[in-house]
Amino acid sequence: MTISETAAKIRSGELKAVDLAAEHLKAAHTTGKELNAFITVIDQAIERAKQIDEMVARGEDPGVLAGIPCTVKDVIMTKDIRTTASSRLLENFIAPYSATAVERIEAAGAVIIGKTNSDPFAFGGSGENSGFGPALNPLDRERVPGGSSSGAAAAQAAGIGMFALGTDTGGSVRQPSAFVGVTGFKPTYGRNSRYGLIAMASSFDTVGVLGNSVEDVALVEEVLAGKDSNDATTYDMPVPAYSRDLKESVSGLRIAVPEEYFSEGIEPLVEQRVEEALEKYRKAGATVERVSLPILKYAIAMYYVLVPSEISSNMARYDGVRFGHKDFADYDENLRKTRGAYMEDEVKRRVMIGTYALSAGYADQFYNTALKVRVKLTKEIETVFKSYDLIAGPTAPSVAFKLGELVNNLLQMYLSDIYTVTANLTGCPAISIPCGMGAGDMPVGLQLMAKRFDEQTLFNAAHFYQTSR
Amino acid sequence: MTYEPVIGLEIHLQVKTKTKMFSRVRADYFNHEPNTFVDPVTLGLPGALPVPNRLAVRKCIRLALTLDCSINMHSKFDRKNYFYPDLPKGYQISQYDLPIGYEGFMEVDVDGDDRRIRIRRIHLEEDTGKSMHDGDLTLLDFNKAGVPLIEVVTEPDFVSVDEVLQFAKRLRQTVRYLDISDADMEKGQMRFELNMSLREAGSDGLPDYKVEVKNIGSISVLEKVIAFETKRQAAILAGGKTPLQETRGLRDMTGETVAQRLKEDADDYRYFPEPDIPPLQFDEHYIEEIRSELTELPQHKKSRYFNDFGIEPDTAEVIIASRKRAEWFEQAVTGVSEKKTAKEIAKWMIGDLFGLMKADRIGLSQVKVAPEQLRSLVVMLQSGRLSGTLAKQVLERMYREGGTAEEIVEREGLEVVSDESALESVVDAVIAANPKVVADAAKNPNAVKFLLGQVMRETKGSADPKSVDRILQKRLS
Repeated sequence: MTISETAAKIRSGELKAVDLAAEHLKAAHTTGKELNAFITVIDQAIERAKQIDEMVARGEDPGVLAGIPCTVKDVIMTKDIRTTASSRLLENFIAPYSATAVERIEAAGAVIIGKTNSDPFAFGGSGENSGFGPALNPLDRERVPGGSSSGAAAAQAAGIGMFALGTDTGGSVRQPSAFVGVTGFKPTYGRNSRYGLIAMASSFDTVGVLGNSVEDVALVEEVLAGKDSNDATTYDMPVPAYSRDLKESVSGLRIAVPEEYFSEGIEPLVEQRVEEALEKYRKAGATVERVSLPILKYAIAMYYVLVPSEISSNMARYDGVRFGHKDFADYDENLRKTRGAYMEDEVKRRVMIGTYALSAGYADQFYNTALKVRVKLTKEIETVFKSYDLIAGPTAPSVAFKLGELVNNLLQMYLSDIYTVTANLTGCPAISIPCGMGAGDMPVGLQLMAKRFDEQTLFNAAHFYQTSR
Repeated sequence: MTYEPVIGLEIHLQVKTKTKMFSRVRADYFNHEPNTFVDPVTLGLPGALPVPNRLAVRKCIRLALTLDCSINMHSKFDRKNYFYPDLPKGYQISQYDLPIGYEGFMEVDVDGDDRRIRIRRIHLEEDTGKSMHDGDLTLLDFNKAGVPLIEVVTEPDFVSVDEVLQFAKRLRQTVRYLDISDADMEKGQMRFELNMSLREAGSDGLPDYKVEVKNIGSISVLEKVIAFETKRQAAILAGGKTPLQETRGLRDMTGETVAQRLKEDADDYRYFPEPDIPPLQFDEHYIEEIRSELTELPQHKKSRYFNDFGIEPDTAEVIIASRKRAEWFEQAVTGVSEKKTAKEIAKWMIGDLFGLMKADRIGLSQVKVAPEQLRSLVVMLQSGRLSGTLAKQVLERMYREGGTAEEIVEREGLEVVSDESALESVVDAVIAANPKVVADAAKNPNAVKFLLGQVMRETKGSADPKSVDRILQKRLS
C-alpha cells in the first residue's frame, strides 16, 4: 500500500494510526533490534498516533502524511529525543529543538517511530563506523546495508517505517538504497532545509528520503521542500506537486550515460542490469547516448579534499566543553582527550585530513585547487544538461559487500561513492531505484541525476521504470 | 637618537542592531543575566545555521562609504578556525579576502593641515562569548557571542599619539552620527588593537619588527599604552637591540603591557568560505540607496559652520559633539542670513541654554525651548526689542515653561521701553524721590548712574538705558 493510500485510510478513519504505529514499533523492537537499525526507538510514538486518530475523530485533517510511521536518521535533531549522530561523542545528547525537516513531516501528520543508526556524523559508506555497532542488511545479514544511512536503509527494506529520512552528502541515501533494494532520493542542494541536520560538510549535505516507491518519495519530498528562514542556503521557489504530476511516459526524454561510469572496478552484473534498465528507456522512446566526461575521474579526489575540510571545521564545536564528557579540568587537556577518547576512528581520520588540507602552505595545493575543480565540474555538468534531461548510470560499482570486507581497504570503501558524489559536488538532484539483482542475489541500483531544481523530470523518469514492470 | 612611533590600528565596533549577527536573539546583552540571550545558533548547537543580519550588512556598507572605501560588490563570509572555550562553534564567522569595504581613508588634523590615515579594510564578523574566572573555575557567558562587530583596519600611517587619538575620537563620533554604533566604551562597544614600532624620527619606511597590543578597551588606555610602548621600545633600541615581534596584553588600566606570545607561534586560522551563507552580491542600486542615507559628518559640519556662519572652531566643536546638538543648531539657524545672528544663536545655545541644562542635568531632547524660539529671541535682542538682561529672563521662562519668545515678552511685559514720553514720568518720579542725589549730580558722575539704575529697577529692566540716559541728562542740565 502506498503512503498516499494509507494516509487516506487514516484520514477517513478506516485505519487507526495507533494500530499502524504499534505494528511498526513492534517490528522496530524485534527485527529492527536484530538488524541494529535503531539507536533509539520512540515508544511515545503511540501517544502521537493517538492524537492523529483524535484529530480525525474531531473532523480535522492531520495532513498528507497522516499517521504514517517513519524513521529519522540520528544525525537529524528531534526535540526532547536523544540525538547522537551515531557517535559516542553525543551519546547522551537530548536535542533541545527539532530540525525543520522533522517539523515539516510532523506538521503533515507523520509519526516518527525511531532514530536510525548510521556511520558517526554520517562519515562512511557501510554503517560500520557507527559508535553503536554496524547495522545489518536485511536481505543478507552478513552484508552491510550501505551507508552512511545504514539503519534507515535496513529499516526501510525490513518494512519498519513507511519512509525514512536520511541524509546525503556523497551518496549516503542513494548507495544504501541500492544495497537494500529501495528507492533513495537526494534533492537539489538548497531545496530542503538543513536546519537541524548535524553538519557533516555544509556545502554538500542534504536531507533525503528512502521509500518503497518513487511515488512515496515524491510525496514526502513535497512536504520537505521549500524555503526555510533558518537556512540561508534554501531557495524561495515554488514547490511543484511532484506526486500528483508524475508521468509515466519517457518518450522524447534525452538521457546521457557517461562512459567513465563503466570503467574499471564495476561488477559485470551491475553493468549488465544498468544496461538492461537503459534499454527499457530506449524502447519506450527515450534517447540514451554515451557521453564522455573525463573530469568525473577527479570527482572522488575533490570530494575527499573538500568534504574533510568542511568536516574539520564543523567538528570543532565538539571540544568537550558543552557536549559529551568532561573528564578533565584543563581546557586543552579535555579538548585533546575527549576528542581522542570519544571520536570514532573515521571521524578522527577526516578531521585530520581536512585540517591538513586547509593549513597554511597546503591550502593552495589541496583545498583551493579542489574548489576550482568543483566549479569546473559544475560547469561541465551544466553543459551536459543543455543537451540532455538526465544523466544515468549505476548507483554504486558493486552490490552490498560483506561486513568487514572493506574496513581495511579504505580506498576501495571510498570508491563505492564514485558515482554518487557528483550530484553533491554539483548540487544536482539524484535518485537511486532498484533495477534487478546482481552478484550474490543482491540488488543493483540505477542512478538518475537531473539538473538543479528539476526534481519533477527525475521523479517522472524513475516512476516510469517502476510502473512499467 | 629620537624616535617616532609608527602605528596601525584595528578597531572593533559593536553594530547597533536589534538582533545578533546571525540569529534572531536580541543583541543588547549588556548587564543581563548570563546565558539568557542565547539560542541554538548562538550556542553553536549541532544543526544550527547562521542567517546574516541585513541591517548589520547595511550599516557596515554605510561606514565603508563614509570612510571613502571601495565596496566589494561580491563579498562573502569566511570561517576563522581556532579553539577557545568562549568560541562556541570552534570557528568565528568573519570575512577574509573579500571584506565589505577596502582602501578608504579618514583625515586627522596636524598643525592645521589635514593628514590622511588610510583604511585598509572594513569587514563584518561575530563577537565571541565571555570567559569569567571565579577561583579555579572558568565560567562562560554566551550572551555576547554572535553580537555583530565591524572591524576597521588602518594602514600603519600614524606617526604620533595625537593622530591616533584624533582618529579614534573622530571615528567614534562618526559611527554615532551615522547610527552605526553607540561606541560606548564602558559597554565594550569600541575596542582597539594596536600595531606599533619605532623608527628614527623623520625617517621613512617600516621598521623590521612590530608589536601588537590586544584588547584595549578605551581611548584613554590607548593613549597610555602608546606612551608605555614608546618608552619600552625606545629603551630596547637605545641598547642596540630590536624589540621582539610579539603580541602583548594589558596588565591593567595603567597602559603597562606584558608579553603574551611570539609572532612565530601565531595561529593558522585555516580560513575558508563559510558554506552556510551564500555569497553577498550587492548591486549599484542598493549601494546608491545606502549612499543617499548618509548624513553630513561632524568635521564637514564644522568647516561649513565656519564658512557659512563664521562660527569659530572651538564653538563649533561643542555644537557638533553630538548629532542631536548639530541638528538642533541647524534648525535654530534655518533661514538666518546674517553671520552675526548665527554666531549669537550659537553663543546663546552653548552658553545660557547649556548652562541651564547642565544645572538640571538634562539633554537637548528634554528641553522645552524650541530651536526656532532661540532664533526669535536672538532676533529680538539684535533689533533692540530686548536687552541682554531681558533676553536672559525670556530664555529662562521658555526653558521652564515652554512657549514662544513672543508670547512671553507680551505676557510678561518684558519688552524694552524706548518710548521716551512713557519713560519721562518714571524719570521724573525718580528725580522727585531722590532730591539729595539730584543735588549732588553736578559734582558726582556716579549720581547719574544711580538714578539710571533706579529707573531700570522701576521698569523692571524693560527701559532702554540709552533713552533713560538722554532724559536724565536733559532733566539735570
